[in-house]
Amino acid sequence: MTRLAVSAPGEKMAAVQDGGSEPEGEKEPQPELPSDGSSAPAATPASKPEEQQQQQQQTLLAVLQFLKRNKLIESVDALRREAGLADEPDEAPGSEAGGGVGGAAAGSADSADASALLSRVAGAAQSGAASAPAKGGEDQPDVSVVLSAYSQQGDPSLYQVYYSGLKKFIESVLDCHRAELSQLFYPLFVHMYLELVYNNHESEAKAFFEKFSGDQECYYQDDLRVLSGLTKKEHMKGNETLLDFRTSKFVLRISRDSYQLLKRHLQERQNNQIWNIIQEHLYIDIFDGMPRSKSQIDSMSGSLAGEARREANKAKVFYGLLKEPEIEVPLDDEDEEAENEEGKPKKKKPKKDSMGSKSKKQDPNAPQQNRIPLPELKDSDKLDKIMYMKEATKRIRLGPETLPSICFYTFLNVYQGLTAVDFTDDSSLIAGGFADSTVRVWSVTPKKLRKVKSAADLSLIDKESDDVLERIMDEKTASESKILYGHSGPVYGVSFSPDRNYLLSSSEDGTVRLWSLQTFTCLVAYKGHNYPVWDTQFSPYGYYFVSGGHDRVARLWATDHYQPLRMFAGHLGDITCTRFHPNSNYVATGSADRTIRLWDVLNGHCVRVFTGHKGPIHSLAFSPNGKYLASGSTDGRVLLWDLGHGLMIGELKGHTDTVYALKFSRDGEILASGSMDNTVRLWDAFKAFDDVETDDFTAATGHIHLPDNSQELLLGTYLTKATPVIHLHFTRRNLLLAAGSYNSQ
Amino acid sequence: MTETREERRFAEVPRESIKLMAESAGVELGDDVAAMLAEDVCYRLREATQNSSQFMRHAKRRKLTVEDFNRALRWSNTETICGYGAQDALPFRPLKEGELFFVEDREVNLVELALATNIPKGCAETMVRVHVSYLDGKGNLEPQGTVPSAVQSLSDDLLKYYQQITRAILGEDPHLMKVALLDLQSNSKIAALLPYFVYVISGVKSVSHDLDQLNRLLHMVKSLVQNPYLYLGSYVRSLVSSVMYCILEPLAASINPLNDHWTLRDYAALLLSHIFWTHGDLVSGLYHQILLSLQKVLSDPVRPLCSHYGAVVGLHALGWKAVERVLYPHLPAYWANLQAVLDDYSVSNAQVKADGHKVYGAILVAVERLLKMKAVSLSASAEGGAAALQGSVGGMMGFRESSPGLSPPPEPLSEPPLGIASHLQAGGAGCQWEEWTPVSLPDMYCELYSFFGDSLAVRFSTGPALGGAPSATPIQSSDTRKEPGSGAANLESTRKMPQLTANMNISPRQDGSPRTEPAPPSLATAPGRLGGAPKRKKGGQSRDIFPKARFPPPQVGPPAFSFLIGGRQMGRRCQGRRFQTSFTPTPSLTSLPPRAYAHKLPVIGRVSKPVRRWTCSHYSLYLPL
Repeated sequence: MTRLAVSAPGEKMAAVQDGGSEPEGEKEPQPELPSDGSSAPAATPASKPEEQQQQQQQTLLAVLQFLKRNKLIESVDALRREAGLADEPDEAPGSEAGGGVGGAAAGSADSADASALLSRVAGAAQSGAASAPAKGGEDQPDVSVVLSAYSQQGDPSLYQVYYSGLKKFIESVLDCHRAELSQLFYPLFVHMYLELVYNNHESEAKAFFEKFSGDQECYYQDDLRVLSGLTKKEHMKGNETLLDFRTSKFVLRISRDSYQLLKRHLQERQNNQIWNIIQEHLYIDIFDGMPRSKSQIDSMSGSLAGEARREANKAKVFYGLLKEPEIEVPLDDEDEEAENEEGKPKKKKPKKDSMGSKSKKQDPNAPQQNRIPLPELKDSDKLDKIMYMKEATKRIRLGPETLPSICFYTFLNVYQGLTAVDFTDDSSLIAGGFADSTVRVWSVTPKKLRKVKSAADLSLIDKESDDVLERIMDEKTASESKILYGHSGPVYGVSFSPDRNYLLSSSEDGTVRLWSLQTFTCLVAYKGHNYPVWDTQFSPYGYYFVSGGHDRVARLWATDHYQPLRMFAGHLGDITCTRFHPNSNYVATGSADRTIRLWDVLNGHCVRVFTGHKGPIHSLAFSPNGKYLASGSTDGRVLLWDLGHGLMIGELKGHTDTVYALKFSRDGEILASGSMDNTVRLWDAFKAFDDVETDDFTAATGHIHLPDNSQELLLGTYLTKATPVIHLHFTRRNLLLAAGSYNSQ
Repeated sequence: MTETREERRFAEVPRESIKLMAESAGVELGDDVAAMLAEDVCYRLREATQNSSQFMRHAKRRKLTVEDFNRALRWSNTETICGYGAQDALPFRPLKEGELFFVEDREVNLVELALATNIPKGCAETMVRVHVSYLDGKGNLEPQGTVPSAVQSLSDDLLKYYQQITRAILGEDPHLMKVALLDLQSNSKIAALLPYFVYVISGVKSVSHDLDQLNRLLHMVKSLVQNPYLYLGSYVRSLVSSVMYCILEPLAASINPLNDHWTLRDYAALLLSHIFWTHGDLVSGLYHQILLSLQKVLSDPVRPLCSHYGAVVGLHALGWKAVERVLYPHLPAYWANLQAVLDDYSVSNAQVKADGHKVYGAILVAVERLLKMKAVSLSASAEGGAAALQGSVGGMMGFRESSPGLSPPPEPLSEPPLGIASHLQAGGAGCQWEEWTPVSLPDMYCELYSFFGDSLAVRFSTGPALGGAPSATPIQSSDTRKEPGSGAANLESTRKMPQLTANMNISPRQDGSPRTEPAPPSLATAPGRLGGAPKRKKGGQSRDIFPKARFPPPQVGPPAFSFLIGGRQMGRRCQGRRFQTSFTPTPSLTSLPPRAYAHKLPVIGRVSKPVRRWTCSHYSLYLPL
């Protein structure tokens, strides 16, 4: 038992939120429920142990009841087991009982009493009430109920006293604890301010804000600005930022020592106000061990809802790559092709062998081949794979000494309207999404874009002829570019299917559209997001795609279903970018809440939550081996993550503006980042991943010491001519392509 | 409370505004209601602003647009705001009386727009262009528009100086700019930086939309040219091309009729002549090239009128010889075009017509100067053959040294110091002035009169000596009077006066004072009559006080001629419109054939049909011999 959950209702909510999808996850949280403060909101930490026990019992019963109602039998059993069910009152959390707050676990679970107790619990505390309606819809919490949590009254004039009292205390503690306890400032500040506003103490709220807003960490500036505008109770309704604060518990990681210190202080001072807030709105994740340093804390904090809980990153992630399908290339075929192309039949053989051997050994970290069903390879796909292998043999091996050449695709005459770009994997097509609702596709090879002939003309074609695929194309329509009309708002995301037959586009109009690149017409409009869709991407194996937008839900679709297959809910802000893992089993989403989440496509679970960015995340990239993730945000920093361990393993500082594009080279040695600051930067990804020392402790706690080595890792900075870089792509031979629109201002 | 208000960083709508708006909607609001509404409005505004920023971020822009804001409004179920979607900045202006602020919204004349002949082309097509930016990770790391890399290798002090100076000149502070220009003009240690300054100046092409910047760059040219310690060498060519760009190109700034690009062109032309007169000898063939390009522009009817204007003032600035050789022969052809413009009274043509008048005026000034200087030169050369040489050489040097301001560069009698004649003859085949033959002054006047009519005559009429007295004083006065604005322009047509062909080769020399060889003693026009004219010019000092010092001599000499120029009224009432000068009278006027195009003259210049009169009349050019 390394953790102490201080507040129960939140836990319940969390349980509810996760419950639907992840029942087994409940086992862990439940035992910590005993330290429930919400069932007795006014209860002081110093209240008598008997009383506490009584309350604990009630809470436990309420939880049980709740779980039963939700048919979470497994969890109920687990809880009963762990709580010692009938007659073991001082079982597991006994240690916490000494602290006075988290009392001992309640003993008897009389199911007959449960319903009565539940009603009492729900009625007793408004905060308790908050948790109940949350059952209804996690996405759209009932505002009034949520807000009512703030109705607790305290003397408004004393808020400043409370806060400065705590401040004084934290400033007086030992250095090692101070950094940790300072994390409390921001969430406390926010919630106290909101409480004041909610209770119509406008002037006190203003004074409070002015007095203490300067103390907060600079990376909370954006949120503070939103808060500063909010001065009336009426404003709180419909304010998303506020809802985020309220519906999610701000997560803090604090070492046990520091926590004890805080607890003792608050007990001594009888500082109920602060204690209540901590209990209701904060989730303190307590760990045993050395307190973290300021820099460690800073590197992980910054998201809208604090850090990720440690258990959020414990699930196993199969980050390995899928086995390459064995493509049987008939030898004579091979020779033919080779002769046709360059007459190098020799090189082929060894290469094919190597490919075969590679695909034979199964990566232990890889998911089962059929963990999610993948489309079968068509002949054309196989041909493409062969092309890919051929190209791969000609690939340049990059490194700090051999940097890639960079080609820049400049979009001209777009009048600031270019909003998204994508290349096909073989770099033969480029698509642009524009603010004028159009999608344009260009061929960047001499091969022009042609439409398929009309049905009438097609019926005339000799279908038996060998070149039927050529015959179906209408030569008259050949042109360098095609325009796709259909959206009714700016197109914020475009993505080619791996087989180059389809193109996806997501737009402000709330739809994702699938276009055929054979006929250059729209095939499907996927409606599901009712708000702007900021990004979409095809799975590396085609068929599936993911989209995410303003409604904070990422959706997984299959091209032949008009409704989403999975909905990934959990972000507290807009989903700004979405990426598929190379093995297609996971989806990463970056959000305006400054977190990155990794979702399991199979079951829709959130398996990783990464915090540490200080601004909305606008770009993501998986390393080709599937092991790492890179993310870029508006603060100009690029962070590197280890998916297997769920750790931040690197920070790349250098950009001065939003990083809109990230891409690993084909072999993963180089990470290229493109930004609004009109530069492309190349980073030594190999070194960045190699330098990380992951001993058991850091791996277990997630407290990593980030080396500040951005300058060593930066291999080059390449300026464009007043052209923000919004997309990057490595060709199969490791030539770096960048794209952006010339900005004449 | 008040302090907090000051600290706020977001917009506030005062309750007074709320009340006003309510009133306009016919609702009376109490103070408290207005206050609450105001606060709510502020809050909603802030909310919408915050929401709109995400549209900007996802559009990958730095600039928040009206469109972004409208999207935010639309998604919060609020009516959007129409009419502010233009790409251009919308200046927010205060009204002087009363605290009223508004967005400037100029009225657009739809008729004008509909009938406009220069319909703007549609937006260029969106396209993708690819280029290899960095090969193997290597490439030029300098962003465009910053210091060229070589500058980096300069000494720190120089680099700093370079940066300071460029920043000051191109910056906002006019005082700083003056100081910088002054220093640039007098600093003796900046030779190493010259290429970079020239490079900066060559940036005119990239700021053609910004008159102010162009002006500053021209001033920079001026300072460099005037710096006595700088040897410009072949950089003259680059400077000249930059200046020519300002003179001739249809600058982006010219699109807006409110921009006074005319002044810029005038200034650039002045600068051009200055560079030319002071540094023209550094690059051979420069004069020839300049004339060629000016001529090319002038003869290109597709070019906009402002370019033509530039060409005219450029020629004018280069001296009357240039005018005579390029503009004059071109005039008949050009006139038709100009006249078509001037005669078009349609609304849509108003702007073009205004430009046309500008060109008209420029030509008039140039031509006037031409006539005057030609007259002067004729008389002068008539009087002093060899002396002219001396004088002009001295003058040249004097000018070179004492050229603090640009204003009077055109040294009227001395033509380009390098052997122009040789350029002209050897120069590009087919260029028009190659077969150029001097035209006699009266002929020239006749022809010009046919274009300009009285407006030309009037220009010569104000001399004090009305009576046609044969004294030379009038020249002086008229000369000095017109000096600032006018340069001599002279037009010459190739055709008539066969007797002069013999002089063709040397003629350019003669009128200009050649630098090296003595000019042929007598002038083309009436050598016989004027033969043996005494010399009266003196060298050096003529330069400084040029008109006075130089031209008084003529009157000393015996064969001072004066003539009377008049328009058509001359004969009738306004006998006084005469122009006197000492010149060599030319053969009879009657030889001048009537010009067909005289009939096409616009009303401005032409009063009646002068042709008939000219052919028969003797009073137009009255030569009291």
